[in-house]
Amino acid sequence: MSATEPPVRAGVTLRVNGVPHELEIDTRVSLLDLLREHLGLTGAKKGCDQGQCGACTILINGRRANACLALAVAHDGAEITTVEGLAAEGELHPLQRAFIECDGFQCGYCTPGQLCSAVAMLEEVRAGWPSAVSVRAGGGAAEEAATLSPADIRERMSGNLCRCGAYVNIVAAIAEVAR
Amino acid sequence: MALRGGTPGATYLGGGTNLVDLMRVGVERPAMLVDVTGAVGAGITDTEAGGLRIGAAVRNSVLAADPRVRERYPVLAQALLDGASGQLRNLATTGGNLLQRTRCPYFYDVTKPCNKRSPGSGCPARHGEHHNLALFGHSTHCVATHPSDMAVALAALDATVHVRGPAGRRSMAVSELHRLPGAHPEFDTVLSPGDLITAVELPPLPAARNSLYRKVRERASFAFALVSIAAVLEMRADTVGEVRVALGGVAHKPWRARRVEAALAGAPLTVERMVAAAEAELEVAAPLPLTAYKVELVRNLIVAALSALGGAP
Repeated sequence: MSATEPPVRAGVTLRVNGVPHELEIDTRVSLLDLLREHLGLTGAKKGCDQGQCGACTILINGRRANACLALAVAHDGAEITTVEGLAAEGELHPLQRAFIECDGFQCGYCTPGQLCSAVAMLEEVRAGWPSAVSVRAGGGAAEEAATLSPADIRERMSGNLCRCGAYVNIVAAIAEVAR
Repeated sequence: MALRGGTPGATYLGGGTNLVDLMRVGVERPAMLVDVTGAVGAGITDTEAGGLRIGAAVRNSVLAADPRVRERYPVLAQALLDGASGQLRNLATTGGNLLQRTRCPYFYDVTKPCNKRSPGSGCPARHGEHHNLALFGHSTHCVATHPSDMAVALAALDATVHVRGPAGRRSMAVSELHRLPGAHPEFDTVLSPGDLITAVELPPLPAARNSLYRKVRERASFAFALVSIAAVLEMRADTVGEVRVALGGVAHKPWRARRVEAALAGAPLTVERMVAAAEAELEVAAPLPLTAYKVELVRNLIVAALSALGGAP
């Protein structure tokens, strides 16, 4: 029986911020490197390249994920949203406005990941998804969605680190939009 | 499976949240990855028996959010939500979560000896940095722990793992999937090359409606357990009817605390009895110099978790 020769390069089709792209890439390329190096979308940042910092957070089919651990070829056909795609028609996303108003960043390196993560997190809340905090708080799913406490925001955002320590204002910005 | 069988060194890919990381640091070096997220089930279905069948490709976040899991098996929802981060839970799959590898720092460092990664090279952890490694069931060859929270809940629930392999289909209790290290720590599980986890099945367990997961760790979130507990408790009048306890962070596999269960079944639930039950389990603990603190944590967690479930103040 002959061994199957694994492909070194493969074609992948992705819709990034509404724009379709067809690329031929090395099968080992992560979504993060594809976005940054192949498409010039440098919003998502490579903070750790191991899924531990969240600076690379993007949306894959509307769900937040670490782009650094996602092999591009494994997400063929996906809809990708990056921070560059949050502002619609030149208008800042409400969360981007809130980050500015609440002073939710210093160096800004973690900020694209924080924004994408928070956008998707609020959708998770709207969809009734529990968190480690809310699942133990008692009450039903509807009650959890209605009262997103700062502790719950922190738990849901625990995958996004900020070395400048802007957490207090990041939580405030998210709470502002969640209202 | 034919694809994988035809290529030596081929590995299955789920969400990639552990495998891609291990590839990047050189611990895993597959010749080929076969993405199985489309090949195994991604649905959660009620079984005729009244349990739940979870496709191996179901994402951790989706499983935790399922109303049936939250209502009938809350320990599993809590365990999933206590693990990783929101981003990781969206990619991680049921099958992949079971098969994730230890986070022992020597295993992860290809410049260090490690009997699991490189059989026969030695175990520097035993006399090195092992503060978050095993308390139970370790060997002179390996003191690594299994890092999954989900697996601990599944062990307490007596879940079944369905496997499809070159020799056909088979099933096993989740507590039989992972091995103790013994003389061959290079084998995390009893699976053979080519074996593919297709589903995990939860049996009907009315007692599981009263269950919880508690995780003790060095950070408030996004950190592995030092010790964790999955507990199920059903009281019948004033005596213990059904009791399940599984411990995480303490062994090469989720540690089903059967001595605790045997000591408590059919008797009133008092603090004295819970402490005695914990001591019975701890009789087989083998603390290392830096894991001795886990002994007290285990004892306290058992009492706290069962007290909370038993309605004790």
